[in-house]
Amino acid sequence: MTVKYEAVIGLEVHAQLQTNTKIFCSCSTKFAAEPNTNVCPICLGHPGVLPKLNEKVVEFAIKMGLATNCSIREYSVSARKNYFYPDMPKGYQISQYDKPICENGYLIVHPKNGKEKKIRITRIHIEEDAGKSIHDQGDHTLIDINRSGVPLIEIVTEPDIETAEEAGLYLAKIKQIVQYLEICDGNMEEGSLRCDANISIRPVGEQKLGTRSEIKNMNSFRNVERAINYEIKRQQELLEDGGKVVQETLLWDADANQAHPMRGKEEAHDYRYFPEPDLVPIVVLDEMILEIRKQLPELPEAIKNRFILQFNLPEYDADTLTQSKDVALYFESVAKLVRDPKLASNWVMVEVLRILNEKKCKLLDFSVKPTDLAELIGLIEHNIISGKIAREVFAIMIEDNKKPGQIVREQNLTQITDEGMLKDLISSLIQKFPGEVQQYRDGKDKVFGFFVGQVMKESKGKANPRAVNNLLKDLLK
Amino acid sequence: MRVTNKDAAYIADLAKLKFSEEELNKMTNELDEILTYIDKLNELDTEQIEPLSHPIELQNVFRADVLLPSTPRELALKNAPEKTDSYFKSPKVLNQ
Repeated sequence: MTVKYEAVIGLEVHAQLQTNTKIFCSCSTKFAAEPNTNVCPICLGHPGVLPKLNEKVVEFAIKMGLATNCSIREYSVSARKNYFYPDMPKGYQISQYDKPICENGYLIVHPKNGKEKKIRITRIHIEEDAGKSIHDQGDHTLIDINRSGVPLIEIVTEPDIETAEEAGLYLAKIKQIVQYLEICDGNMEEGSLRCDANISIRPVGEQKLGTRSEIKNMNSFRNVERAINYEIKRQQELLEDGGKVVQETLLWDADANQAHPMRGKEEAHDYRYFPEPDLVPIVVLDEMILEIRKQLPELPEAIKNRFILQFNLPEYDADTLTQSKDVALYFESVAKLVRDPKLASNWVMVEVLRILNEKKCKLLDFSVKPTDLAELIGLIEHNIISGKIAREVFAIMIEDNKKPGQIVREQNLTQITDEGMLKDLISSLIQKFPGEVQQYRDGKDKVFGFFVGQVMKESKGKANPRAVNNLLKDLLK
Repeated sequence: MRVTNKDAAYIADLAKLKFSEEELNKMTNELDEILTYIDKLNELDTEQIEPLSHPIELQNVFRADVLLPSTPRELALKNAPEKTDSYFKSPKVLNQ
């Protein structure tokens, strides 16, 4: 008899905060600066220096807490986490331990099985990032302290996640929220958003948790899902073969599609947390929370629901359009300028997102502004051009940076709606293809499409499709 | 004895310190004496008292998020025992 297993997964997500300066000193947080140029005695961990907390870090952490339904602790304390690693020159990381700034939140995700899933957030705390070690240089390790002291929030879930899909959805939601809040750029590849997973499995129905392993180093959404599926399968096979899961830390190797145990003593941690004597407690009063709540932007879930109501969009559209804030804003600007918001949604979802993807371009740098796209959609809505021609005009807009109206005039693309002209065209086609006409009259409906195609070809795509349909039906009778 | 040689060796290991057996015995005894002395505090009933993390009653000391010049790299690297033109060097770290 085979035992059915279920997975129990908890995620720890680290998000680098987009502040100007580091968490405890006034050095820049800029990514990819020349090594060891954004450093000072504080982030270098020189003896006798004192950390001074960046107020933005507290504000950003509270924003994230409010956006994820957390309660904000009135009294929170920084703590030292002690361990030795060359890229952490102080010999300890300043973090938070038993009094984190945010607690007891949750997010709701929607897996494909249709059942919504609540994932509880245990805590969000603030801490500093470590520097960067470069290992593959001769017989030394090279250390860059630029990243040391870059502010992080760590968001920790309860072990509520059961599948790789749920983990992926949760992570996507976290990314979406930090981007909407503009507190983190959410770039997993560059490491500004990082995710570790604690995974265990147990027979279905069993209450006791199995032994867990921790997987680190999953630096893309795809890798997170792949690594979790890999680890669930590995543990299951181990148990089925009569083996035991060992509590250990694994590193995901994306190239090999495998996880390898981390070697050496680094695993055996005893962090000896204690309250950080160099930093005073953070006290967050209700007025401060109210003030920050007022500054919160409209969040993706709310915008999605509003798009459904205000623009009568299908849920799928509203969901796709709100994945990123700039797309949502872009769509909304277009939608307000046209008659049919659904048409605007199609254009943004299909054409705009495709081009951005192809050109690896950000919406902010995209040459076609919302007013331009709205003008183009207006031309379709007023029957001046067809959807097909509009796509050609769109391509020219991107190439030549011209306005749609101008392109249509210059290239004489105005749709032919003139019945006389279209009738003449269709009559000549009836003369040209007597066999096909006969087939149609004998009941072969498919041939109708052939005539539509011929009209479009002859008119270079400019014939108004609806007019063509109506006239063809009449004249082929 | 509250502290054993094993405890002292564990703490020394965490602190990356190496002791001879004689030194370790001495450390064990000293640690034990200190902890026994501190233990006197446990005679008080502190059940109803919030733990104090800071002796001074200050809170919310913040800094504005304003960029200031960093230390020039040459200066930052100056005291490092081993370095390149742009990096600190440490003995090879095997993990990862």
